[in-house]
Amino acid sequence: MLTALIVMSGIALVLGGLLGWASVKFKVEGDPLVDQIDAILPQTQCGQCGFPGCKPYATAIAKGEADINCCPPGGEEGIRKLADLLGREFKALSAEHGVEKPKQVALIIEDTCIGCTLCLQACPVDAIIGAAKQMHTVVAPLCTGCELCVPPCPVNCIVMKTVDESVDNWKWKYPVVEIRKAS
Amino acid sequence: MNNSPYFRKPTSIQVIMFKVLVALLPAVAAYVWLLGAGILVNVALASITALAGEAAMLKVRGRPITPFLSDGSALVTAWLIALTFPPLSPWWLTVAGTLFAVVVVKQLYGGLGQNPFNPAMAAFAVMIVAFPALMSQWPSVGHPLDFSAQLKLILGGLRELDAITGATPLDALRTGLRESGHPVTITSVMNGNPAFGMAGGKGWELIVLGYLLGGLWLWQQKVITWHIPLAFLAVLGAIAGIFHLASPEHFASPLFHLASGGAMLGAFFILTDPISSATTPRGKLVFAAGAALLTWIIRSFGAYPDGVAFSVLLMNILVPLIDMYTQPPIFGHKEGGQKQ
Amino acid sequence: MNLFKFNGGVKPDYHKDESVSDPIAKAPLPSQLVIPLHQSIGGIPHPLVRPGQKVLKGERIGAADGNVSSAVHASTSGKVIAVEPRLMPHPSGLSALCVVIEPDGEERWIEKGRLDVNSTPPDVLRDFLRDAGVVGLGGAVFPSHLKLKAGKSGGLEALIINGAECEPYITCDDLLMREQAETIVKGAATMQTMLTAKTVLIGIEDNKPEAFEAMKAAVAKLAEKTMEVVMVPTRYPAGGAKQLIRVLTGKEVPHGTRSTDYGVQCFNVATALSIYRALEYGEPLISRIVTVTGNVGRARNYEVLLGTPVSELVALADPRPDTNRLIMGGPMMGFTLPGNTPVVKATNCIIAGSPKLFPEPPPEMPCIRCGSCSRACPHDLQPFELYWFSRSKNFGKAQEYFLFDCIECGCCSYVCPSNIPLVDYFRFAKSEIWAREKDKDAADSARVRFEFRTEREEREKAEKAARLAAKTAAALEAAAKAQAAAPAPGEAAAPAADPAAEAKKALIAAALEKARAQKEQVHPANTEHLTPAQEAQVNEAEARRAQAARLAETAGKTTDGT
Repeated sequence: MLTALIVMSGIALVLGGLLGWASVKFKVEGDPLVDQIDAILPQTQCGQCGFPGCKPYATAIAKGEADINCCPPGGEEGIRKLADLLGREFKALSAEHGVEKPKQVALIIEDTCIGCTLCLQACPVDAIIGAAKQMHTVVAPLCTGCELCVPPCPVNCIVMKTVDESVDNWKWKYPVVEIRKAS
Repeated sequence: MNNSPYFRKPTSIQVIMFKVLVALLPAVAAYVWLLGAGILVNVALASITALAGEAAMLKVRGRPITPFLSDGSALVTAWLIALTFPPLSPWWLTVAGTLFAVVVVKQLYGGLGQNPFNPAMAAFAVMIVAFPALMSQWPSVGHPLDFSAQLKLILGGLRELDAITGATPLDALRTGLRESGHPVTITSVMNGNPAFGMAGGKGWELIVLGYLLGGLWLWQQKVITWHIPLAFLAVLGAIAGIFHLASPEHFASPLFHLASGGAMLGAFFILTDPISSATTPRGKLVFAAGAALLTWIIRSFGAYPDGVAFSVLLMNILVPLIDMYTQPPIFGHKEGGQKQ
Repeated sequence: MNLFKFNGGVKPDYHKDESVSDPIAKAPLPSQLVIPLHQSIGGIPHPLVRPGQKVLKGERIGAADGNVSSAVHASTSGKVIAVEPRLMPHPSGLSALCVVIEPDGEERWIEKGRLDVNSTPPDVLRDFLRDAGVVGLGGAVFPSHLKLKAGKSGGLEALIINGAECEPYITCDDLLMREQAETIVKGAATMQTMLTAKTVLIGIEDNKPEAFEAMKAAVAKLAEKTMEVVMVPTRYPAGGAKQLIRVLTGKEVPHGTRSTDYGVQCFNVATALSIYRALEYGEPLISRIVTVTGNVGRARNYEVLLGTPVSELVALADPRPDTNRLIMGGPMMGFTLPGNTPVVKATNCIIAGSPKLFPEPPPEMPCIRCGSCSRACPHDLQPFELYWFSRSKNFGKAQEYFLFDCIECGCCSYVCPSNIPLVDYFRFAKSEIWAREKDKDAADSARVRFEFRTEREEREKAEKAARLAAKTAAALEAAAKAQAAAPAPGEAAAPAADPAAEAKKALIAAALEKARAQKEQVHPANTEHLTPAQEAQVNEAEARRAQAARLAETAGKTTDGT
């Protein structure tokens, strides 16, 4: 009995030591969690999550201060990826932060624009160009569709346009698997 | 409407499975010739059970019945079970084995294409573990009972087995070599035992020849490739040969190994089951070589007379690993690129 | 010549005899030409014409967008009646910008400018070809000028002219070689000069003996000593560029690399011809040979103006009544046209399909891992593994198993006993991966831009604070100096006691002054070019405003007083 106990605890000690040594020796220096979360977030910088940008939201998630379902542009897929990364349960998108929309870009109606530069200051990714009293325009490929430029415009000349499917961004559909039901 | 390619080679799973069944016919004919028509009863029993089991499971799983039942894969499993089980096994043994193969090993894993193990071999392994005595009673070759007597044996309860059955040559050799008390040699075991013939067991050579013929036809039809049968037979022969040369009185000859038990059937019909075997060319070689090695080890040192079933199952476990490490080099990515 | 083999491949029914009995015919001028701007790989050309404008045959109507792009031209003379989105010959069934031309029937050419290959620098030749809209006519429509550049190591070992034409039904290259062998050979010689290639190998599948003989005769006649016409075994897809390079030279060009880096380059026979026509006669690419075959009464090859509606083209060949679809390209790699689209540079063949000719495939069965697909794959891939990964959307793993080396030749789907549309899964996975990569790149760029902006804002804030601090310090110093310079005996004590407060006051005063100045500077914008009457009105208003201000001031003072 005593021998067995000694042997077992001896083995436990050796193995434990080995594991401890291995965890120090072979430590994987991964990306810090915040960066990994930030990589999943869509980088629209729209602030719909209640944080001033994607990185602050990522930091809050990493600290456990924010939930993973507050990002409407990331959508369900984004939440799934976050859930996978953090080992949490999937949650439906929280309604108070918004709804998932198809990708949009801002468009300035150029006849109405008065050149006030307010949208330039609002754009988090510098996707609007223009100068005071000059007409502004959105660089569409850079626009993340965050809608932050819409409210500041004093003449309501910014509209959000859904990005239409074209020959260039069209995708092949998932093949339909034919399953004939048991007759 | 479908996308390109708009036409297809006229082939189907049905055709492949049908060809496998045709390829089994020579061996079945040899069986009937040597052991009587009882085997046909077993084949029929297994076929009906397999189809019924498959249909029931498809219904339960909510899958379409007609396309899957008519693909012929259940029949192939059934025939392989009928041919690997002793020909005069009681009906319930065949039925239970077939049901296990179709319901548990195949359908519960997701049906056609999803089973990691060869259904027939899994059934064989389970039955030989559960009913070792029944699974080792083979009729003696050359003096078949008349059909009604065979039918009585299969369907009836009474089994006066010792009178009509004996052990297979492999079994005879194994038990002979391990009889305790006095030193034995292969020659002493074989001498005076009518079960041993020229190459393997007496009469069994003909059945093995049937499998070989059918297998070669399958290869000619491009249903199977040469990799698995050749690697299996070559490696089995080579290992047996080396040990036989080293100690001819304790290790059977390569010819005996190749012509006995399930070696030939396994090489052409069981290891080549595409679903549960390796798929890359190199993987097939590794897979078959491993199975051959295990077969020889189990036959020579194991507790069971034949090792094909167990070695197939063990190698089935390794298939994903083998496939992963034997991915063929692809076009343009071959070693030593020809870049200027 | 020593030939090499590629693995895999299939031998489907070729159905080529139907369309080779008649020579190439010129298709009549259609009622309308719809010319899509985007007809090649690369950037979408910019339209150069407006509705209502008259254009001449061969006039450029779309300018190449950057170097990786190719121009488009008016196929005949006439009037532009619209520049608008029209249905594209694309599996998506979507529309894109097209120039619609109503032919005037005069076929008046623009002035053609030809170039001399030997005396013109290669860069100029390449730009010329780009603006002549010359692209690969084998079906991939890759801009040819981009391929006419020698590799890093200088001259090429072999220029390969692809006359294999391995897809069933298609015979446009076959007929072109039979009828225009000499022009093709001359074009090949031109390309050989541009690429400084040591040899030219013209590969033709052995099911086209007439074309082979014609090309051989042309090479002999033009005494091209470094050119060789080679018969290659008929096996689909022997006409794939990589397969043909392998068969003729034994070299394997991996995915994502340039074949020039391996000392070879491959062009279609029709491309060779159009390069020659562009350089020698100054004719841009405005027509091509199209095979019209399948479920038709008179299958034949036509020389078709680009932009011709396919319905008008197919009508020439007398389609049978049970025709239920039109396929562009071959039956292995083509796609069903979504409607009456125009003929474009990529249109090598139009097959009329019927339920009898191309029946719906039987239902898809599970994969039994039989390996037929991997034996048929010309790129030695494991299509069934790729199928598992694509089906389960495990895209990372699919890429690990070289999904992007797949050329979508269709061999795997062709041989699959389970009727699995393998290529459909690969197309799906590829376009999904591309879309994700695009999203990822967009997100990464947005992150960089956001971070840069944040940093810039902080820097600006810091700079502003620094400026303010400097200003305050300067003001303080000035105040101290002023005090030192004018030591009025009576007042000296009070300011000296609180120099900081004094400085603050000075600052506030300065700010107020600045604000006032700004206010005065602001004028209503609409005060220029006024009539005298209006000016008078304005002046009057200003006077009233001044009056009001004075009154308010006095009122304020009175209030203060009470």
